[in-house]
Amino acid sequence: MDPVITLDDVGLTYPGPPPVRALYGVELEVQRGEYVGVVGPSGSGKSTFLNVVGLLDRPTHGTYLLDGVDVSTISERDRTALRGQRIGFVFQAFHLMPYRNAVENVALATLYAGVRRKARLAAARDALDRVGLAHRAHALTNMLSGGERQRVAIARAILHRPSLLLCDEPTGNLDSDNAAAVLTLLDQLHRDGMTIMVITHDSTVAARAERLVTIRDGALC
Amino acid sequence: MLGTMLGVGSFVAVLGLTASAGGQIDKRFTEIAATEVTVADIGVVGAADKAMSFPGDASDRVEAINGVVHAGRWWQVPLEDPTVSSALGLDSDSGDIQILAMDPSTIDATRPVLGLGRTFDAFHVGRHEKVALLGSVAAANLGITRLDGNPAVFIDGTPFTVLGIVDSNARMPELLFGVVIPAETALDLYGPPTEQRAGMLIETRVGAASVVADQVPLALRPNAPDLFQVTAAPEPKALQTKVGGDLDVLFLALASISLVIGAIGIANTTLVAVLERTHEIGLRRSLGAQPRHIAVQFLSESTVLGLLGGMIGAAVGIVVVVIAAVVQGWTPLLQTWAVAPAPAVGALIGLLAGAYPALRAARIEPVEALRR
Repeated sequence: MDPVITLDDVGLTYPGPPPVRALYGVELEVQRGEYVGVVGPSGSGKSTFLNVVGLLDRPTHGTYLLDGVDVSTISERDRTALRGQRIGFVFQAFHLMPYRNAVENVALATLYAGVRRKARLAAARDALDRVGLAHRAHALTNMLSGGERQRVAIARAILHRPSLLLCDEPTGNLDSDNAAAVLTLLDQLHRDGMTIMVITHDSTVAARAERLVTIRDGALC
Repeated sequence: MLGTMLGVGSFVAVLGLTASAGGQIDKRFTEIAATEVTVADIGVVGAADKAMSFPGDASDRVEAINGVVHAGRWWQVPLEDPTVSSALGLDSDSGDIQILAMDPSTIDATRPVLGLGRTFDAFHVGRHEKVALLGSVAAANLGITRLDGNPAVFIDGTPFTVLGIVDSNARMPELLFGVVIPAETALDLYGPPTEQRAGMLIETRVGAASVVADQVPLALRPNAPDLFQVTAAPEPKALQTKVGGDLDVLFLALASISLVIGAIGIANTTLVAVLERTHEIGLRRSLGAQPRHIAVQFLSESTVLGLLGGMIGAAVGIVVVVIAAVVQGWTPLLQTWAVAPAPAVGALIGLLAGAYPALRAARIEPVEALRR
């Protein structure tokens, strides 16, 4: 067994006033290569869960091990570095730089890891090839379709071979054809050994995961 | 960038215009100072001599000296409480109006700018005509604004036809407050000056003033040169330096204010950019950017904007100075110390102005930035 994520009684309470218990008692282990879907209704705590798992927010209690590192206790600086190295994000809103081309957007993923520009661009071209967008490498992202933009975002997320690909409603802004293409791509990445966690309220997306966890009122059930 | 561009541009332009205007002022100072000689009739010390020491042909004698452009006598007409009015019988308050007697050459030497009409000449002098030239202030006080009806001024009831109105002149500002009549006419009617003795105003070519000053007494009265005291106006270097210094301080202050406004512009623009690019900041943080990376990014951007603004501003400033100088007919002067480091100054302003927005950007939490 090789867990990528181990959450032990993890919770997050916003101080308020009044204090808000957004997440509590979360126990979860995700093995390397697993494809996990996290589902739940709006307001159930999915986004808080994603922020905690993605090291964007710090749990107020419990223990969180990412690749065996206890990220609950490390400094903010180390958490940021770890986030950049071990996690790849795919957002519903893509979050691409509109006035840069696809390859430059993808290459941004390793900018803060100190990789030289030439090596970054070469790796970015490979990643775009992997998501089937090699021919659009030099197109400005605001000239791409929604599906293409999300594939660029996925290429950016996998560029540095993260331990976990964390997807937040990855098909939320796409039509059904583009959504299917993105899900197929995620399936393919999973087959290649990528650990994937998809947070969604869409049953079609959730159905592609090999394991589903449900979150309701801030707790996994 | 626009903020810095305007700031640096106005800095360079203001300093350039100051230098050009200052150069022009220097030139005017030098030109006026270097071409003026005045002669005072000091008479014989101790003698109750009320006669005028200047000979009747004083103008001709002095104008014969090489380097003299115009030369002529002038004095205040010896009238006690004269009444001056624009119509006979009209009791006008003439307290501020001086009555001056002048040779035609004296008027020329003052470099008059005529608003209306003409000055009197040898013809009027030869015929002892009762004509007058009015200063613009005196004309306004007397209510004379047109000459087409051949208006007259009455000095103690004696009519003098107004030939012209002087709007300004370079050497005798008091002329604007006076009524000027021909010297020969004044001698006929009122006699030579008494309390205030006559003087002579000489305009020379540039650089000839001191040489002319040495020759004037002998040219006027070879037998009694001591009757005259000649003054070649001293170089007003101290005044010139002081005025120049005052202008420098004033315009430097104006230029600095422009720079501060430019800096505030950059700070504001950068702050707006930070707010508009919150998503980008969130993305970069999610990709592993530390707060210092974000701060350096925004600082670099504002510095580069400042640099470009400085370069463009300096270029625009130079063009403005050159155009303004050409339009005014001045020699364009540019302060090397203001132009050469302008890009660096722009970059520095960009750096300083970007500091606060960069700090704000660095403090944005990634989770907050992505949520917005």
